[in-house]
Amino acid sequence: MRTEDGPTPLERFIRGILPENPVFRQMLGLCPTLAVTNNVKAALTMSAAVLFVLFSANVIVSLIRGLLKPHLRILVFTLTIATFVTIADRVIAAFMFGMSKQLGPYVPLIIVNCIIIARCEVCASRQSVWHAAADAVGQALGFTLALLSIASIREVLGSGTWLGMRVMPGVWPDWVIMVLPPGAFLTLGLLLGLVNWLGTLRRRPAS
Amino acid sequence: MDYAVSLLLIAVGAALINNFVLHYFVGLCPFLGVSRRLDTAFGMGSAVTFVISIAAFLSWTLTYFILRPGAPLTTLIAGRPLDLSILNYILYIFVIASSVQFVEMYVRKFFPHLYRAFGVYLPLITTNCAILFACLEIMKHVSGVDDPSKVWGLGQSLVLAFFAGIGFTVAISLMAGIREDLDLCDVPAALRGAGITFIVAGIMALGFMGFTGVDRGLEKALRKDGHSRAPRREAVVHQQTGTGALGGEGAAGGRS
Repeated sequence: MRTEDGPTPLERFIRGILPENPVFRQMLGLCPTLAVTNNVKAALTMSAAVLFVLFSANVIVSLIRGLLKPHLRILVFTLTIATFVTIADRVIAAFMFGMSKQLGPYVPLIIVNCIIIARCEVCASRQSVWHAAADAVGQALGFTLALLSIASIREVLGSGTWLGMRVMPGVWPDWVIMVLPPGAFLTLGLLLGLVNWLGTLRRRPAS
Repeated sequence: MDYAVSLLLIAVGAALINNFVLHYFVGLCPFLGVSRRLDTAFGMGSAVTFVISIAAFLSWTLTYFILRPGAPLTTLIAGRPLDLSILNYILYIFVIASSVQFVEMYVRKFFPHLYRAFGVYLPLITTNCAILFACLEIMKHVSGVDDPSKVWGLGQSLVLAFFAGIGFTVAISLMAGIREDLDLCDVPAALRGAGITFIVAGIMALGFMGFTGVDRGLEKALRKDGHSRAPRREAVVHQQTGTGALGGEGAAGGRS
């Protein structure tokens, strides 16, 4: 299926955003999706970290794909990813200390984020650097889109703000449950239902 | 006494109040993927408990002796205190990945029954965030504290990890039980599969929020109990020491 003359870099890029969205379609990388989406700023920082790690790891893995031994593959992936996650973690801690405290262990948890390992395995270890880079950016943007939609719903309903700006009228009673853990599960469950429903709506006239 | 209370509080906190799945959202992949049937869910839960305890032991040892700032082994080798905490993540993931491999081989060779029960889940656990999360929690309490008396020992780390595994098992087993019944329900087509599972998980998380504050209540009850008993025992000992060696025996007898 996925051979060298499969999808072009542009197709891979577009595919990652909606048709193969890592969160809504592939159900990958769910820990950060739920944990850091109680406000938009944290979600954006997390997405930027994932973009950096995914891009770097994909490029490196694609460059060394000729040297990979099958049985040591996953270990090499994780060690590469861990290196870049350490860099991302230190950068966030140095320049955005408050955010680093807020994100806490979820930045290091990018190491075991299934999105990155899956992309390394499925795409980067078999494709040229350009394919891998385009794929990484596309997938990361899809991830950003998912995080942003969940975080927007949770922050607007839970604290009445969006990116710190007041959007709900002053009389809005904050739904505190939305910024607490149960709100994350409920939001993601309902959003998944919505995405599936839209998918069936679009497919029905065609078939 | 205080040590036992702290262990109990860590255990309750890890298993119920800050349940790894329902509060910290780690270990969601198996929580969704392997919670279709009760027996496989329980197998996955026990495998995670097993691996998480081993990983906690290894990561505590690594952090305490090698990685934390001014750790004894690195100081001994380098001749001055070093801070190797930049290597934390790489070493943790390396240790987890390799220990899972070794554990799998060992279990397959020496405990075939155990291997048949949860061997298939072992390789999957390498990329389970719950394991790394436990290591990171331990790291926070070993190398992130300034007060040397608050640094966690091996006991606290193992209790945290083991009861986090128990909490995971409880959550995934409950989920599997619910999903087995859910199969017979008429769920809207769009929500079938992951959607309804997340909504059920949300309601479960709501339920688990009811445990918030249990640790504080427990601590208050146990500590108050301890405080009210401790002075009395002291008083008895003081009285008896006044009357001599025989009194000491009497105090011991009275206490038992």
